Amino acid sequence: MLRLVSHPDEVKIVSKRFGLGAANIDRYLELGGYASARKCLAQGPDWIINEMKASNLRGRGGAGFSAGLKWSFVPRNSTRPKYVLVNGDESEPGTCKDHLIFLHDPHAVIEGTIIAGLAIGAKLGFIYLRGEYRYLLEIMEKAVADAYARGFLGTHIFGSNIEFQVITQTGAGAYEVGEESALMESLEGKRGIPRIKPPFPAVVGLYGGPTVINNAETIATVPHVIEMGAEAYAAVGTPRNGGTRLFSISGHVERPGVYELPMGYNLKKMIYDVAGGIRGGRRLKAVVPGGSSTPVLLPEEIENLGMDFDQVGKAGSMLGSGGVVVIDDRTCIVEFALRTISFYQHESCGWCIPCREGTDWLKKSLTRFHAGYGVARDIDNIQYIAENMMGRTFCPLGDAAAMPTLAFVKKFRNEFEDHLNGKPCPFAKHGAPELTVV
Amino acid sequence: MSDETMALFSPRLAARFDALVLKYPLRRSALIPMLLYAQDEIGYLSDAVIADVAQRIGITELEVRNVASYYSMLRFKPAGKYNVQVCTNISCMLRGGYDVYERFQEELGIGHKGVTADGLFSLEEVECIGACCWAPAIQVNYDFHDELTPEHVAGIVAGYRGQAEAEGTVSLA
Ligand SMILES: Cc1cc2nc3c(=O)[nH]c(=O)nc-3n(C[C@H](O)[C@H](O)[C@H](O)COP(=O)(O)O)c2cc1C
Ligand code: SF4
Ligand code: FES
Repeated sequence: MLRLVSHPDEVKIVSKRFGLGAANIDRYLELGGYASARKCLAQGPDWIINEMKASNLRGRGGAGFSAGLKWSFVPRNSTRPKYVLVNGDESEPGTCKDHLIFLHDPHAVIEGTIIAGLAIGAKLGFIYLRGEYRYLLEIMEKAVADAYARGFLGTHIFGSNIEFQVITQTGAGAYEVGEESALMESLEGKRGIPRIKPPFPAVVGLYGGPTVINNAETIATVPHVIEMGAEAYAAVGTPRNGGTRLFSISGHVERPGVYELPMGYNLKKMIYDVAGGIRGGRRLKAVVPGGSSTPVLLPEEIENLGMDFDQVGKAGSMLGSGGVVVIDDRTCIVEFALRTISFYQHESCGWCIPCREGTDWLKKSLTRFHAGYGVARDIDNIQYIAENMMGRTFCPLGDAAAMPTLAFVKKFRNEFEDHLNGKPCPFAKHGAPELTVV
Repeated sequence: MSDETMALFSPRLAARFDALVLKYPLRRSALIPMLLYAQDEIGYLSDAVIADVAQRIGITELEVRNVASYYSMLRFKPAGKYNVQVCTNISCMLRGGYDVYERFQEELGIGHKGVTADGLFSLEEVECIGACCWAPAIQVNYDFHDELTPEHVAGIVAGYRGQAEAEGTVSLA
């Protein structure tokens, strides 16, 4: 059973029903559920979109785009049907928050999907979960069936003349399918190769129709924004960064877990206070602030770092998916970099050359390097390969692989040098891939 | 539906497929879920499964193979009855994921993508499974086990072995 955690600094908005049995529709209703959808039904699309814009809710999937703004891009009149697509592919290493939403509060996802549908004038929404989340898919399916039985979904939702249907869907193992256009391809029964943009999904998306795609946490937040009111929600966070975030704190901390904290919460406090500090009284070496694709930060860089999109961006990294991975002083950064790049090499869809070949060469170089067969020139070469991937790939996965690599080399060059010329790795072995290529 | 098809899938799954192909605005959207559900029942995507699914969707077998080969959970040969998937990605690695993975290798006597001789277990090193805060984590088929240490491994294996014995399905082959 996935342990729930809590801390006095938490502001429980999205997680307020966790552990309260809200997967049961009666319980969800008791806890105030579906009131926001009813309210939106009465208020109409313009009001919803204005509320969403005013809330400063930014996408929780990684890029942090304003949800209200994204919704407003959908053309009012479209000859093609419009769709809402909920991204529950959650595959960015270090991220496990959508997992808890589907487990504890599936109706919040449905309610948010309904509201997004009302806002853009869609009659159909899809909730896509990664294939590994089968037990969560079953929870979602049950919740959807219950919502249909109550008339919250269907041809006359909440007794109105408005139709809204929801379909759940499963993936089958592929990180790249989390990318929005690859997700649409997957939902259309194809390989998850991304599409060229523009046109953007809001104009031409799923089945060629205008589509709003949002992360599951973004969507599950929507009913709370409506319930609290946009201003109150925005006030919880920092300027331009409304509300709270579910931070997945993992790695070498005493109390790993998913904590809901206000946007802008200090990262150092998050590690030392909220998550109980470094495990076993060790020293902090580095922290990956927003999932494995975000550049690593050093202890001195987190002193006054508020965890919102803008502040983390200014610090040279990204808030990403909110996956905070904490690394202690016994960890080999070369090995950590190798395990990180192995993932991107495995998950590259192979469509474009800089990503397909670049991730492969980076993995080979780092494998050789960590095994003690590295030469000084390799360090520059790793940097050179990564630099040449940046901005030259078809979708952002290439950057997602290159960015952390560049940061590891830049910030821990001495550790790379410590591995040179046959020197054994000076750190505890974690077991990253052994030398298979020389 | 031919007799051959009836025999391939259980009546329950066949009925589910009949509903699935009508569920989406486009028939083909049913493809990936169908492949996964078929694999859950048959064990892997056999030639017969691929032919049947292709026919149900109305696309060629080649198209089905082309799509299926993209997704890491789909496979073209049998795995064990219990497919043990050990995450060794960063959050799990930092908390001993590789030690857990090594212990499974010893306990089962197989490596990555290996299958035990009795067909009961297979082993895979996998990427992040979305349980990073409860690392190290594994999945056995679709069941999660979290906050593991190598000491848990023998018990997990014994548990599934006992389950198979209770069902009287010790061997798949
Ligand atoms: C390689 C790659 C993987 C991604 N994986 C996910 C994912 O698993 N879940 C997710 O919500 N967004 C993921 N995204 C971001 C989506 O493309 C998209 O921006 C997001 O779902 C939009 O929702 P939001 O605006 O609510 O954040 C990924 C992006 C890329 C480039
Ligand atoms: S960047 Fe990588 S994942 Fe994206 S299209 Fe190119 S090869 Fe595929
Ligand atoms: S890194 Fe292992 S579950 Fe995420």
